[in-house]
Amino acid sequence: MSLQVDFSCRIGGPDGFLLQPCWSTESHRMALFGPSGAGKSLTLQAIAGLLQPDRGHIRLGGRTLYDSQAGIHLTPQQRRLGFLFQDYALFPHLTARQNILFGLRHGWLNPAPRAALPETARRWIAAFHLESLLERYPDQLSGGQRQRIALARALATRPRLLLLDEPLSALDATLRGHLRNELRALQQAIDIPTILITHDPDDAAALADVVFHMDHGRILPPASTRPPDPPATHGRQSDAPTP
Amino acid sequence: MWVPLLLSLKVAGWATLIAGVAGIAVAWGLSRWPSRWSDLVDAILTLPMVLPPTVIGYYLLVLLGRRSPLGAWLQAQGIELVFTWHGAVIAASVVAFPLVLKAARAAFLDVDHALEQVAAVLGVSPAAVFFRVSLPLALRGILAGVLLAFARALGEFGATLMVAGNIPGRTQTLSIAIYEAVQAGDDSLANLLVVITSITCVVILCLTAWLMPGRHRQRSMRRSMP
Repeated sequence: MSLQVDFSCRIGGPDGFLLQPCWSTESHRMALFGPSGAGKSLTLQAIAGLLQPDRGHIRLGGRTLYDSQAGIHLTPQQRRLGFLFQDYALFPHLTARQNILFGLRHGWLNPAPRAALPETARRWIAAFHLESLLERYPDQLSGGQRQRIALARALATRPRLLLLDEPLSALDATLRGHLRNELRALQQAIDIPTILITHDPDDAAALADVVFHMDHGRILPPASTRPPDPPATHGRQSDAPTP
Repeated sequence: MWVPLLLSLKVAGWATLIAGVAGIAVAWGLSRWPSRWSDLVDAILTLPMVLPPTVIGYYLLVLLGRRSPLGAWLQAQGIELVFTWHGAVIAASVVAFPLVLKAARAAFLDVDHALEQVAAVLGVSPAAVFFRVSLPLALRGILAGVLLAFARALGEFGATLMVAGNIPGRTQTLSIAIYEAVQAGDDSLANLLVVITSITCVVILCLTAWLMPGRHRQRSMRRSMP
């Protein structure tokens, strides 16, 4: 699955932050790596359709999600992506079961508390061992459990791309390592490309083949920074200038 | 004796319904599309809470009277608002509206925007996001405002008297009936009406306090973490 991102977006008025990410990759596992305030989350929001850029384009696997010249700006609903928010953004008024089923029901009513689980939901509930947690509310769950519910909720809708916004930063050190391995295993098990945002070199090394460094709203050329070790960049970086 | 109470409940009920739906819709719009005009719009729409009821009554008379274009048009449609209980509903709605607006706007702003975003990414339409995420999460704050609006509509006097008048059995609501009873020196009737009104309002206040934000963590107490 190829992903081409090249857009610019000014946030907060004429003197605001200029976001200008530009990259192209064929890799299934890529990461945006950089300090906080670099524009990583905003870039992810633009890919998800939650933020409309000023100009440029975003293409995913031959499908145009955004193109200012062609006047295309698909809504988040039309893009069919999965988005794992930093704090997981579980619906606090719904049980884990209702959260997981949320995207599988498109009407004006939330899934019933005892709603049946379709195959696509059961698959992830089994994979993440969530059977015993289904009737709990988010505030009765631990950080790791919340992350698994949020992942199951995103994956149940069969997204074309999974966006992970600092998925491990809300967790303590022991849980971090454990869930990093779990996410890694998940990446190997599923056929969905992932984009990971992180400021932790260990996360980037474990969960991405291609790492793009980002700062001040731009993707830095690979020559100017050292990739997080171990350098595991098999992917193609077509926009990168040759050093 | 029961006629003014029933009329008051009918007027306040309809007024709460109108003010509730309009207040929730406007509050949602203001919180969803914030602009530098939001606060100005909010201030203008809050005016009925600050203005003397007689001033609101006068505005409504001018707006709905026969000499205004709106009033003439309504009359051509066969809708008579001045000196009818429908007029009382309009007056009470206008006075109660800001209470819903204020509460609902604060409640919507309190809803984590990320939850609405994640719902959109999951493929749920904007209208469904409102009914499935925003409204349920803001509901307690909104309900508190709606109950206050109901209490305010129930006690409406000034604007109602000016727009709907004081016609026993038709537009004489509870608070106007009390005024009339006192004026006529009918102390026993006044006492009775006052007690009925007080009890109704105490019940509403207790309900409001129970629904106010800060008490909505009951769910987490239902079952403790393992």
